[in-house]
Amino acid sequence: MLLKDEVQMLRRVPLFSNVEPGKLKLLAFTSDRVSYDPGEALFHQGDTGDAAYVVLAGKADILVDSSTGPIKIAEVETNSIVGEIAILCDVSRTATVQTTTPLEALRIRKEHFLKLLTDFPEITIEIMRVLADRLSHTTSELSEARSRARKDTDLH
Amino acid sequence: MEKSIARYIWTHTRGQQLWILLVVAVSMIPYFLSFDLPKQIVNGPIQGQGFDQPGATQTFMNISFNLPWLGTVTLFDGVELTRMQTLFALSMVFLLLVIINGLFKFYINTYKGRLGERLLRRIRFELVDRILRFPPGQFKRMKGAEVSSMVKDEVEPLGGFTGDAFVQPALLGGQALTALFFIFMQNTWLGLIAAVMVGVQAVIIPRMRRRLLVLGRERQITARELAGRVSEIVDGIGTIHAYDTSNYERADIASRLGRIFKIRYDLYQWKFLVKFINNFLAQLTPFLFYCIGGYLALQGRLDIGQLIAVISAYKDLPGPLKDLIDWDQTRQDVQVKYVQVVEQFSVDKTIDPAIQAIAIKDAGSLKHPLAAVNLSLADDSGAKLLERVSVQIHPGETVAIVGGAAGGGDMLAEAFARLTWPESGKVTAGGDDLLELPESVTGRAISYVSSDAYFFYGSLRDNLLYGLKHAPLKEAVYEGSGAAHRKWQIAEAKLAGNPDYDVNSDWIDYDAANATNRDDLFTPVLSVLDTVQLSKDILDLALRSTVSPNEHPGLAEGIVEMRHALREELEEAGLSSLVVSFEPGAYNTEATVGENLLFGTATGPAFIGKAIGKNAYFRSVVGRSGLDRVLFDMGYSIAENAVELFADLPPDHPFFQQLTFMTADDIPEYQLLLQKLKGKGFDAASEDDRGQIIRLSFRYVEPRHRFGLLTSELMAKIVDVRRQFHDGMPESMRGDIERYDPEHYLASASLMDNILFGRISHKHTDGSKRIRSIVSSLLNSLGLLERVIDIGLDFNLGAGGKRLTAVQRQKLNLARALVRKSEYYIFNRPLPGLDHRLQDEIVRDVLKLVRRDGRDPAVVWVLSNTGLANLFDRVLVFDRGLLVEEGTHAALVENNGIFKELVSS
Repeated sequence: MLLKDEVQMLRRVPLFSNVEPGKLKLLAFTSDRVSYDPGEALFHQGDTGDAAYVVLAGKADILVDSSTGPIKIAEVETNSIVGEIAILCDVSRTATVQTTTPLEALRIRKEHFLKLLTDFPEITIEIMRVLADRLSHTTSELSEARSRARKDTDLH
Repeated sequence: MEKSIARYIWTHTRGQQLWILLVVAVSMIPYFLSFDLPKQIVNGPIQGQGFDQPGATQTFMNISFNLPWLGTVTLFDGVELTRMQTLFALSMVFLLLVIINGLFKFYINTYKGRLGERLLRRIRFELVDRILRFPPGQFKRMKGAEVSSMVKDEVEPLGGFTGDAFVQPALLGGQALTALFFIFMQNTWLGLIAAVMVGVQAVIIPRMRRRLLVLGRERQITARELAGRVSEIVDGIGTIHAYDTSNYERADIASRLGRIFKIRYDLYQWKFLVKFINNFLAQLTPFLFYCIGGYLALQGRLDIGQLIAVISAYKDLPGPLKDLIDWDQTRQDVQVKYVQVVEQFSVDKTIDPAIQAIAIKDAGSLKHPLAAVNLSLADDSGAKLLERVSVQIHPGETVAIVGGAAGGGDMLAEAFARLTWPESGKVTAGGDDLLELPESVTGRAISYVSSDAYFFYGSLRDNLLYGLKHAPLKEAVYEGSGAAHRKWQIAEAKLAGNPDYDVNSDWIDYDAANATNRDDLFTPVLSVLDTVQLSKDILDLALRSTVSPNEHPGLAEGIVEMRHALREELEEAGLSSLVVSFEPGAYNTEATVGENLLFGTATGPAFIGKAIGKNAYFRSVVGRSGLDRVLFDMGYSIAENAVELFADLPPDHPFFQQLTFMTADDIPEYQLLLQKLKGKGFDAASEDDRGQIIRLSFRYVEPRHRFGLLTSELMAKIVDVRRQFHDGMPESMRGDIERYDPEHYLASASLMDNILFGRISHKHTDGSKRIRSIVSSLLNSLGLLERVIDIGLDFNLGAGGKRLTAVQRQKLNLARALVRKSEYYIFNRPLPGLDHRLQDEIVRDVLKLVRRDGRDPAVVWVLSNTGLANLFDRVLVFDRGLLVEEGTHAALVENNGIFKELVSS
């Protein structure tokens, strides 16, 4: 795939929809184009985070280790970004991302990603939106889980 | 050590000193004979004394002595010679005496030199031996460079002085006394004058020299401190750069040099002042002779003949006297240096030599529990680090020590390793104080690892096996001249009081490493390296290194075979897209255009670096095929793309890392170039501009840069030009390039490149990681792993192991201990630089490894990650220097004490 095709694909990613094409080309050029087979992991929980991924094509599961084995908590859609938390907060990977179909992605290295955020406020705002969205999602799930747990204990 | 250099020299070289004195005394006989001979030659045969009659003869070489009681003893009657014959005979005797004197001088000088060098060797060894026996606390107060400058430079003059220490004063003193005696014989009063003047010199000059000695001492100390500071600058260079303090260091060095200059200049001034006074006093005596003696002679109270005799006898006095005074100066100088050094090396509580005695045979093991009894430890300031701790470590048990940063557990571990000596109480092993047991027992039965590892300059292997080198176990075998040399080494070492252990012997204790000899050492070593997860790093080191096929016969062939195996392996795993190999007839899309065109590694001046662009043959091939035009257009597009992408970015922007074919500084240059060439083609561009543009196309990799510039026709063309380039290459250039050949090893490429014989695809992020694991398992199954790891073990660690990363150093440090078979392993936070997951894995694996082959050592582990405490039989919890809790993990968790707090935090 060529740079200009990638730019077209990046424009479809909501995160980058407001960024001018010239800058997207630069972003595409400075990131690595990577492809995965089904069942391969982009990264494992506990690794140190060194890059974020923009999924151009394909799907992947987000898995979290537990005492009973990995639990699937969400799915990665095409045109979304994963792995940005570990870069932003300097923590190790909070989950494993494993492909379910062949997957094409752009791998944006940590220092490039951070530079991108300082250079393009529109991307930063978009990232904030994505994170806030996830947070509200998680909060509602948590409260749901709590109420379920309370019910469970009430029953016993 | 002796406080006085003279006594030190006398103690160690008494016999030789007496011998050399004797030889010097004997050498005086031909020396004085040769003085008398010229007079005999001139008076006798030349002037004709005793040859009054023509044809008269004289007896030559009559050797007879007049002895009391025995009368005259005649050894040789002599021969009768004529005047001419006597002349030649006496001249021959003169020549003989010259040779004998020369030989004596030669012998005496060599003997004295050897004496001095031996003593120097002895004293240097003694000093280093002392360093090895210093108590651990001493090293907190010493600077390495200062100590080494003492051992190396400051004792150096001692060697030169040794030979002269006793011979010189005896000889010169004898000469001076003889001269003085002659003067006395001629005239008592004049003799007294001379004696008084000598006395004055002997009193005044040494007094004046006292200041010289003080200055000399200062000079020595300041020079030593300078050495210490210079090494501090070297060691602390990172800190200096980080804090911009280089000018502070410059100021410090400059002021030190200023002080040294001042001291040295003062020294010169005093030295020459003393010399002046000394010379003056020496010349004053003849003045007194002329003046007083002349006065007395004129008054008729002194015979003129006597006066002349006195004055001529006096000319023999100043020479020896001056030399004697110079000798004394050297003696004092050397004495000062010696005392300075000895003071530094006189340390209380040095380790008894018996404790470090070498034990060739197995030194016995520690079957008893290791115990701290009422142990208190303190730091230099007296602050208590550990207070009255009593604890026992039983053979075979595993103990975790946990606690906060200043808990004291790490100090207990240091005490077990004898690195910190008790303030009160003691550390014992079965009733014996640990400090009184020989190091050959404790140093083998206890393996200690902490986070501050020291590595010696040398290969990884040397450092890994360092802990096994206790004694020369297998003598090196010498033949012929080597054996003679070894014999000489032993004899010479004994004469200088050095031990004669041979460094070339095999010092490695294979038994302790679970092996029997050099050949089967690899397996246990590899399992240790695997345990600390270092084998991958070592494999990488090996794979990155360039190996000469001649030095490793068979390896190259094995690697070439492995290429095919790797292909198959990848295909089987469905990963054949991971590596794109070099095929002589195909374009490699993952390699640069330049690599595809050259299809080889440039090894000689014709092609290396920029030379390729100027090489006439290469240009003719490329030009003939018209490829240069295509590449020019390609380079032009690359430049356009690069300028478009990067023109707006500041030069320090991290995105420039991705721009492999240009630097940030090139951008404006290419911007101008593009404007200049806009609309014009290849033909309009100048030679230089063409070069600039084509250069870009050489570094282009389609899957990486993705500008869409490489068509299949172009690829075919490049392959075609490649073929032409190689086929028509003149013989003279063939040596300058090593062509990629699937069936041959590339001596100029790294091992990894040789195995892959291609490029890893850019599509897979962890491509190189995956390839490495496939390569490593393949090496193993083909039986090549051992040889490749062996190459990795040859890697030189550099000074202090600095060529490894901090994490690798910590792993190697742990591996170095695990290679040894010990009864006790003390791990004192050995892996602080590793992340928790890795620490966890390594701790588990180490606990498993030390129990291999049914061994049952005790393990004491000071944990930085409290969560791992459940892996151990027993847990000791330390807080502020006290042992606060102790018990099994389960019991402590129940207890709700400090341990629980530590775990939850």
